[in-house]
Amino acid sequence: MATTERSFVENVWDFFCSLKLTLFLLISLALTSIIGTVLPQGQLPPEYVAQISPAKLQIYTKLGFFDMYHSWWFITLLYVFSLNLICCSIKRLPHVFKFVSEPTLILGESLRNSFSLKQEIKISGSVESGRDNLSTFLGQEFGAPVVSEQNGEYHLFAQKSAWSRLGVYVVHLSILVIFIGAIIGSLAGYKAYVSIVEGTSVNTVEARNGGQIPLGFEVLCEKFSVDYYPTGAPKEFRSILTILENGQPVPGYSQVKVIVNHPLTYKGITFYQSSYGQASEGSEHYITVTPRSGGTPEKLAVQEGAAVTLKDGTQFRLLEATQEVRQFAPGFSGPAARVEVTSKGAAPQTFIVFKDFPDMNAQRGDALIFGYEGTNARMYTGLQVAKDPGVWVVWLGCALMVVGLFIAFFMSHKRVWIVVSKGHARIYGNASKNQAAFEIQFDAITEKFKQLKI
Amino acid sequence: MTSSMFFNVTTFVYLISMLAFFAFLASKNKTIGLVGSLIAYAGLAIHTVAIGLRWKESYDLGVGHAPMSNLYESVVFFSWTIVLLFTYIDLKYKYRIIGAFVLPFALLGMAWAQLGMNTGIEPLVPALQSNWLLYHVITCFLGYAAFAVACGISIMYLIKAALEKEQSSAQAGGLMALFPPLKVLDDLNYRAIMIGFPLLTLGIITGAAWANYAWGTYWSWDPKETWSLIVWFVYAAFLHARFTRGWVGKRAAWLSVIGFAATIFCYLGVNLFLSGLHSYGGGGN
Ligand code: HEM
Repeated sequence: MATTERSFVENVWDFFCSLKLTLFLLISLALTSIIGTVLPQGQLPPEYVAQISPAKLQIYTKLGFFDMYHSWWFITLLYVFSLNLICCSIKRLPHVFKFVSEPTLILGESLRNSFSLKQEIKISGSVESGRDNLSTFLGQEFGAPVVSEQNGEYHLFAQKSAWSRLGVYVVHLSILVIFIGAIIGSLAGYKAYVSIVEGTSVNTVEARNGGQIPLGFEVLCEKFSVDYYPTGAPKEFRSILTILENGQPVPGYSQVKVIVNHPLTYKGITFYQSSYGQASEGSEHYITVTPRSGGTPEKLAVQEGAAVTLKDGTQFRLLEATQEVRQFAPGFSGPAARVEVTSKGAAPQTFIVFKDFPDMNAQRGDALIFGYEGTNARMYTGLQVAKDPGVWVVWLGCALMVVGLFIAFFMSHKRVWIVVSKGHARIYGNASKNQAAFEIQFDAITEKFKQLKI
Repeated sequence: MTSSMFFNVTTFVYLISMLAFFAFLASKNKTIGLVGSLIAYAGLAIHTVAIGLRWKESYDLGVGHAPMSNLYESVVFFSWTIVLLFTYIDLKYKYRIIGAFVLPFALLGMAWAQLGMNTGIEPLVPALQSNWLLYHVITCFLGYAAFAVACGISIMYLIKAALEKEQSSAQAGGLMALFPPLKVLDDLNYRAIMIGFPLLTLGIITGAAWANYAWGTYWSWDPKETWSLIVWFVYAAFLHARFTRGWVGKRAAWLSVIGFAATIFCYLGVNLFLSGLHSYGGGGN
């Protein structure tokens, strides 16, 4: 009874220690991850829902395919993965520690035969003098040896970078550290969004689920502006932000420029430039109307889409306005408006009027010359907001992983033994990695070894 | 001389180099093999000049940035890293014949870039204006190139293993005598992946760091990110397979080929078939 129970526990333990499970998990994670790159994740687009059959939709939803990286089975895979990693390390680490801290000082018969790197010389003096001479030799050529005696033979042992055997475990630990960082972030952090109209401030942000999160301070958008490439594509958009505590600007956080790739962090909360637009609601655009025959210009203040009747009965409508016309009218720049003008008894005409090119506006041959003077509309800046106290743990894990990989792949535990017997001495070498490079070093040592006259 | 002329010359030189390697394969004439290598080195030098020139040209146009910002530039850089790694392996291990299996990848990349893509220098959109772009792209593509080399070596392994099985080992001499022994191929495959894996890891980490810096999330399961992780899983499986009996040799070679297929999908397929944040999408004509 007791034995079957024990063997059950042992079986479970062996299962979680097995490298076959590791392979299974790595390949399963790779294969299942594909699902989430093919199917849409999160909020489903209506077009997608329309084209998929209801039965499929239901099955996929049940299986969590539309949020698969947070589905119970994917998370379970990750837990088993961590468990596998932990069990495997618990099982092997003590051996590795022992291997490093209590090296094989005495080279047994079977190990001697298993090494491909070896060399023998004859010695004429006593075993003791051979031991002393060869100790000095090994100390000069490789490293100071530990000397042990067995059955009248002396075993000299020296090693280098024994600790590099731990590199693999640093890599494995780093994966767990990254997981811990991710868990901290998901429990104690959040992702949110906020839009701030120029000249106004906010003290809450909108979470992904729609809830409002209080910041504990205020963010004021002092100004927002956009620069363009000659092609009209946006080059840089920037918000000038000020952090306010109790209505007062915080020193060092006043008038901070925030652009894409240059966020602002305050009290662990980071604001990232992500979008912008015109807060057009209720704003007015200014249009001048000058009779070609001379006379005082008429000034209009109109809203987008609104129509006005001018003094001479002409119908005027502002269709749309932009603060940068370049992408719509190549060769021009600056603010402009597209307007529709219907002179009495004529068909409607649509054209663009510019702020910075009055000559263009005047070139139209009509009785009235229209000009655009700009708008009182303000811009708003759209900011992603993130708080993630786990991120430093994640970076620590990443650093550990890179260091660990470097040790595991490019450093090697090198060992050299010299066994001094009556009449001859043999040298053996072994490296945990990159045997070829070690062979060169070993050959250089054995060359000198062979020259020794003892 | 403009960079695009240099790129055309590069493509042509790689073609000649590849043909020389094929001739080497057919004739087993060592001199031809050497010529193949020397031509490849020359191609690499011209390629390097071309990339530097394109970099300078972008500054002359007033939109200066490292030439790694769109599909065309990335494919060109990818080819460059492949030939760079081949040069390293050729000089270090002296198994010249590997060129016949690696140069085609570089040639394919250059030919596709030169013939099928928009080669114009474009200004950087705000999201790409960051030094992280450089670190991220360089590490990723060096990793990809190492995997390309590993894939070429694995194909050699599979061919050799299949032929040796078919024929008696005495007959297997002939053409196969040029190929390094199976054990060496297996080892070289492992070594190439030992170079590629840390670089891919660095590529993923720099990508995550950049995403965190620019958008506030280091990981968002965007298709490109996810595919890079899939590739990473495949090669992690490869590394661990070596410790489990029965997973060396042929199976390891297959894993390496599958890993490279996943790499190519991560690099190109994601942009062509899936949607996401990464910018190399609209690079076609
Ligand atoms: C469930 C998860 C995992 C388990 C149980 C596991 C277990 C092991 C074991 C037992 C070894 C052999 C150590 C030795 O005796 O030399 C090893 C090697 C290694 N593992 Fe893992 N591992 C896991 C996941 C990973 C992952 C995700 C990585 C990714 C970086 C990784 C990276 C490595 C590396 C680089 C080596 C050294 C390979 C070599 O030297 O060729 N491991 N792993």
